[in-house]
Amino acid sequence: MIRRSWIAAALPFVILALAPLYLGPYYLGLIGRFTSLGILAMGIVLVWGQGGVLPLGQGVFFGLGGYAMAMHLKLVALPQGELPDFMQWNGVEQLPLWWKPFTSAGVSLAAVVIIPGLVAGVLAWLVFRRRMTSVYIALITQALALAFATLLISQQGTTGGFNGLTDFTTLFGVPLGDEHTRIWLHVATIAAAALAYFFARALGATQAGRLVTAVRDGENRVRFLGYSPAPYKILVFVIAGVFAGLAGALHTLHLGLISPAMVGVVPSIEMVVWVAVGGRASLPGALVGTLLVNIAKDSISSAWPDAWLYVMGLVFILVVIATPRGLAGIVETVAARLGKTKVAAVAARQAEPIGEEVTTHG
Amino acid sequence: MSSLALALGQLFDGLSVASILLLAALGLSLSFGLMRVINMAHGELLMVGGYLVYVAHQVMPAASIGLGLPLAFAGSALLGAVLERLLIRRLYGRPLDTLLATWGVSLLLQQAARSWFGPTGVEVTSPEWLSGSFAVETGPLAGLAFAHVRLFIIGLAGVVLCAMVLLFNRTRIGLHIRAVNQHRAMSSALGVNTRRVDLLVFALGSGIAGLAGGVLALIAPVTPTVGQSYVVDAFLVVILGGMGTIRGTAIAAILIGVLSAVAETFTSISFAKVLLLLFVVAFLQFRPKGLVATRSRALEEA
Repeated sequence: MIRRSWIAAALPFVILALAPLYLGPYYLGLIGRFTSLGILAMGIVLVWGQGGVLPLGQGVFFGLGGYAMAMHLKLVALPQGELPDFMQWNGVEQLPLWWKPFTSAGVSLAAVVIIPGLVAGVLAWLVFRRRMTSVYIALITQALALAFATLLISQQGTTGGFNGLTDFTTLFGVPLGDEHTRIWLHVATIAAAALAYFFARALGATQAGRLVTAVRDGENRVRFLGYSPAPYKILVFVIAGVFAGLAGALHTLHLGLISPAMVGVVPSIEMVVWVAVGGRASLPGALVGTLLVNIAKDSISSAWPDAWLYVMGLVFILVVIATPRGLAGIVETVAARLGKTKVAAVAARQAEPIGEEVTTHG
Repeated sequence: MSSLALALGQLFDGLSVASILLLAALGLSLSFGLMRVINMAHGELLMVGGYLVYVAHQVMPAASIGLGLPLAFAGSALLGAVLERLLIRRLYGRPLDTLLATWGVSLLLQQAARSWFGPTGVEVTSPEWLSGSFAVETGPLAGLAFAHVRLFIIGLAGVVLCAMVLLFNRTRIGLHIRAVNQHRAMSSALGVNTRRVDLLVFALGSGIAGLAGGVLALIAPVTPTVGQSYVVDAFLVVILGGMGTIRGTAIAAILIGVLSAVAETFTSISFAKVLLLLFVVAFLQFRPKGLVATRSRALEEA
């Protein structure tokens, strides 16, 4: 049974991976980009839907991964011994020390996952160690996103400032704009998403995964049973950070640009909306939600640029009020009502209540 | 200009920033303490106050303060009341969800402001009596100047703070608010209309945010994103001060306002933001519940 469900879960990824066969270049590019964002969204599911902590600063980890990738791409695009264009414009005469490691492709690829993971780990350790409430953590991560974006913009000479990093040419010596490269990039992105999905799913079945959910539903009970909740929360936070870093790197490769506008407060909270629409506790829901919201954003904001923020605002309000469990919740409920399968009915009955502890006052 | 005068000048600027932060954070802190609601649209209530002062200024240029500030208070309070009745009331007990839903509201309000007033800022010229400054001309403090408008802001924040303390400690409604804050179910059993208290506190906090936006309009242009740029700092104030305490919020606002003014002198504005965040996170390592924590023996707390 388990085998069959895993194969069923792999099918959509296979269909997506074959997209170059049936989609034009424009939509292929969109699907690739949005699938890479979906990896980040699955990280939010782990932290928020399953862990009960709302992260409002995932843009930071996305940015760390994205900038690590972009710095490498920027450096390999240069003739020997020259500085990136924006550094020359800003009068920077020597390559800053922290840029140097990124000349190596291996180091850069490692940095894409290690740096976000490390930063996420330190932050998580600081906030979970002292039992800060989820609300505090949400607000602190948001302040982090603000500080990160402000810092990037202000250090124009070494980060490219407001414009970010762009004008990439090659990756591993292969031209990026090439049609074959795009197809391989697409397949690699889908593979990374599939890997992230199965990893997150497998994690949920382990003891650590179950403890994470237990902490969400009753942190004190977990404590009374002799576990310390902090390590498990830190674990999922780090995994989500790594997912976000990976997503940032892939997204940078697809779009050919990373800028502070993609990492600040507003994009970070937008990421939460993808997950809220898809279903906060559902990994496939997060992927579908990310694709749907972003495709909608792409088509609405190109047709009526002003309308997008209105749509977005309404979506926020409606999802929270009408369907707190998102699309995944709707699907489960409908499946259960129709009584199609016993499994679905059981799943709907067992489906977790909205993931927050009921607060008692006084 | 002596370094002492320079330092005092920075301190003064820091105090005026702290005053606006205090006005912006009071409502946030109160509604969180009372209802466990995180209002992300709070910054936009501040923005509405700013635009209302602008409108008042357009209609009657002489009365930008006399008419504008009461209008800003009333308008934002009304909007806050509507928000509470229509949206927030449905989401009690789900603090992280109120955060998302009110963020949606803030997007709507921002876009509405952009459509009506344009994406660039609108300016209000302060009236004659606020545009000068007291300058120290001789002695060791020569060169130090206190802008009238900043003095006015500090004074207004002081008045609001005193009014809030009086309201909380000396009136019947304040008694009810404190009762609900301590034990919602018990006060409800004793006949306090808790829903009305919620509505009142939320509207009051929104109105004070509107005032903050109103005075902000006197020193800087009002833009559709002005609320967003203040709300994150206001949240830091609330976290640092401890949720739901007037005293904690006031101390934290002064601390953050002055600290960021000092940090900006020695580094840059962006580094000051990072330092501020580090300071708050480091501080919470020692006192995870903020400066003034409400003591409670309850096990589960938001």
